[in-house]
Amino acid sequence: MNFIAITEEDRKHMLREIGVNDIKDLFKDIPENIRNAYSLELPEALSEIEVEKLLKKHASGNTLPVSFVGAGVYQHQVPAVVDALASRSEFYTAYTPYQPEVSQGTLTAIFEFQSMISNLTGMDATNASMYDGATALAESVMMASSHSKKNRIAVSGALHPNYLHVLQTYAWASDMEIIVIGTENGVTSLTDMENLLDDSIAACVVQYPNFWGCIEDLSSFSKKAREKNVLIIVAVNEMMSLGLLKPPGEFGADIVCGEAQSFGNYPAFGGPMVGFISVKKEFLRKIPGRLVGKTTDVDGKEAYVLTLQTREQHIRREKATSNICTNEGLMALRSVMYLSLIGPKLTDIARLNHSLASYMKAGLLSLGFTAVFQSPFFNEFVVKKDNVNILYEKLKNDGFILGLNLEAYGMKDCMLVCVTEYRTRDEIDSLLAACRNAIA
Amino acid sequence: MSTIFDKSRIGKNKYAVPGYGLSSSGDIPPSFLRSHVDLPDVNETEMVRHYTGLSTLNFGVDTGMYPLGSCTMKYNPKVNEKLASMESFTSLHPMIDCCYSQGALQIMHELTEYLCSITGMDSFSLAPAAGAHGELTAVMMIKKYFQEKGENRPVILIPDSAHGTNPASVAMCGFEIKTVHSNPEGDVDIESLKSLLDENVAAMMLTSPSTLGLFDRHLTQVSRLLHDNGSLFYCDGANLNAVMGVAKIKDMGFDIMHVNLHKTFSTPHGGGGPGSGPVGVVSKLVPYLPVPAVVKQGNEYMLNYENKRSIGRVHSFYGNFLIMLRAFIYIRMMGEKGIRGVSEHAVLNANYLMARLKSEYHLPYKRICMHEFVLSDRDLPNHVTTNDVAKRILDYGIHSPTVYFPLIVDGALMVEPTETESLEYLDDFVKVMKQIKKEAMEDPDMVKNAPHKTPLRRVDAVTAARKPVLKWEKE
Repeated sequence: MNFIAITEEDRKHMLREIGVNDIKDLFKDIPENIRNAYSLELPEALSEIEVEKLLKKHASGNTLPVSFVGAGVYQHQVPAVVDALASRSEFYTAYTPYQPEVSQGTLTAIFEFQSMISNLTGMDATNASMYDGATALAESVMMASSHSKKNRIAVSGALHPNYLHVLQTYAWASDMEIIVIGTENGVTSLTDMENLLDDSIAACVVQYPNFWGCIEDLSSFSKKAREKNVLIIVAVNEMMSLGLLKPPGEFGADIVCGEAQSFGNYPAFGGPMVGFISVKKEFLRKIPGRLVGKTTDVDGKEAYVLTLQTREQHIRREKATSNICTNEGLMALRSVMYLSLIGPKLTDIARLNHSLASYMKAGLLSLGFTAVFQSPFFNEFVVKKDNVNILYEKLKNDGFILGLNLEAYGMKDCMLVCVTEYRTRDEIDSLLAACRNAIA
Repeated sequence: MSTIFDKSRIGKNKYAVPGYGLSSSGDIPPSFLRSHVDLPDVNETEMVRHYTGLSTLNFGVDTGMYPLGSCTMKYNPKVNEKLASMESFTSLHPMIDCCYSQGALQIMHELTEYLCSITGMDSFSLAPAAGAHGELTAVMMIKKYFQEKGENRPVILIPDSAHGTNPASVAMCGFEIKTVHSNPEGDVDIESLKSLLDENVAAMMLTSPSTLGLFDRHLTQVSRLLHDNGSLFYCDGANLNAVMGVAKIKDMGFDIMHVNLHKTFSTPHGGGGPGSGPVGVVSKLVPYLPVPAVVKQGNEYMLNYENKRSIGRVHSFYGNFLIMLRAFIYIRMMGEKGIRGVSEHAVLNANYLMARLKSEYHLPYKRICMHEFVLSDRDLPNHVTTNDVAKRILDYGIHSPTVYFPLIVDGALMVEPTETESLEYLDDFVKVMKQIKKEAMEDPDMVKNAPHKTPLRRVDAVTAARKPVLKWEKE
């Protein structure tokens, strides 16, 4: 019982003070038939020495190949300062900053996060985080639906399938209907938008860059959406792309949501992630999640505080804009630390992502792969080769994962390949050499 | 303290980025490219000083006692942090073949088994990323259950003492909420419940032990009435820290529940997350659990999407794995005796504080408490309020308890010491509370104008709401 500082003597003293004989007397309100002493069937307690050995054994059951898979989770370099600073226990053992006088560390950092994400997305305001990009999208859609009082949403067919599945779950639960807009040449079809969008539709959703890595033409997309008087929701699940690409806000997006995991956070087997929602001013009273605002204290000092809390569950309860309470605060902190360290060099890192991905793509094309789509891409693209499954398995034996096999998504012999700055030019050369051998 | 933006000046950032002699973004049309990024331009040393400085303005569990009722601010073991930062865990990608993540899947599978053992439930999904997310997932499952049965039940009952996330989660799924009253002794008012029960009621949500820190003595009756009515019974498991190894949630008559790993199972709060809110169910509700499920076939672990009756995905991947990992390590270190010891000492510590403070502050419910108890400001002199007391506690190096929750107690002050506080810290808390009571009588302004010794004093939340400034702007 490592973490309990109460001694046998303390127990006796405390029980006397309370006025009972035994700890068991403190559970008398629980009916006897429920309160039976019973076995918990848990493994025997381990010391720190033993638990470390056990976890190392489990860790060895996980292997790390040289992987070129993105598809919603992007392995980027996490600079040393992020782990060092985020592991300060005043940050990670703190609770929600409801007492601002002793939480200025958390509150200031979250205000910075809101600012930086708003700048990158080109929007007026951003919240303090959501669970992940998929739930951020689901709640953005609910916000758009409530704002326009319509319950039909049009979604690009190039949205990440997992995001679509989460959206479908939330839509079914809240009586919304999702219709899927077709795609053409790897991007959302404007013709389909013309046919599908009408005044029963609250909003249309596009992912930027999309699931196949293609950069959607947001100018045409938003023009079409405006013509049809439909709200524009842009989902960004590779935020590194905004180091290079025009912000969705510049194209008139009403809501930008997404996944900021790329900034300072590990792939972590898919969690924890860090979703966010950015909005135009008009949506400020409807946005879910916590918001940190700037103010002063009684001495006039600069202060940060949770604000517009009347949107939230602890005050508005069933009339709240969302039920969200605990979000991804520490991951947002890591993201803001990352962005503070990297600053203007984010563009350089984004450019490096693109040039490495372009180099990889050119190499694969020279080995007989074909590019499936002609659209511009950021750090992810789709290539095709006959019997690519066989090549994929051979490369696995050499310690490489070529990409995400899209056969399960209805695209036979296709691979979704992602290259970030985490991979080096040498690693790409090694993969291409291994490909060459395998093909021969 | 000022922000990192205030320290920015063009040219300070010297972060080196390799080029590998590759050409850059020539093939992206210029009309797709942004002109610049608007991020602070600072040097690494300054950035490190800035965030180090920010951390010193925060109060965490490692700083001092944090008796925040309903939040279970127990010690966060550092061994969890060390092991959860291993590259073999942090670098795992969720979209590659399962053969690469057998260690992770095994941990998830075993954690599910431990949660079943502790709560008595038949199965768990680890997908929800927080308690409220777990509640939402559970409400979706309740909806699906009745939809499949062909029963139209649009109402969910929620007690007046419920945490705000309960009604908010229910509203998100389009249910109507009806409120069940609590009686003056702090138990569910059975007559109030009976008056609301009809064929429209899908379920009732109840926190157990309750949000008052009490074990509801009508629980068995409530569960029977609900089940006789064909309704389901949901347990908000935020207060699980009080009953582990003593009573099982399933035995209390619940059909579905959520657990907060970041409360009961020692994972850190992070200043607002990440958390993890696994949902547990009895066997008849297993078909509705989110996908994927983590299954074991022979010696191999896999992710299974075959469940056609599932409500679907609720998270882009599998939930907050690195948080599950910490909870797993904690449970392996505690073992059966340790887990039972956690609850026994959580309840012992709370009752000790209550016994020593009941003569100083108004105690609305005068019976043995569980792991937390509620006081109020009713008997404080000179118009000193719960908020004032909460602020003054900060001057003594202790974090405030929870204030103004649950709503059914005016001026509620909810204290949850947890099992990880020593007798010295408990006695110090009592001393501080007594001192503040004395100050309320003899020097009320000291309390009303508190805090005095914290990095900041009381903030102007009114202006912050009236004129929201939510991002940094150059002055």
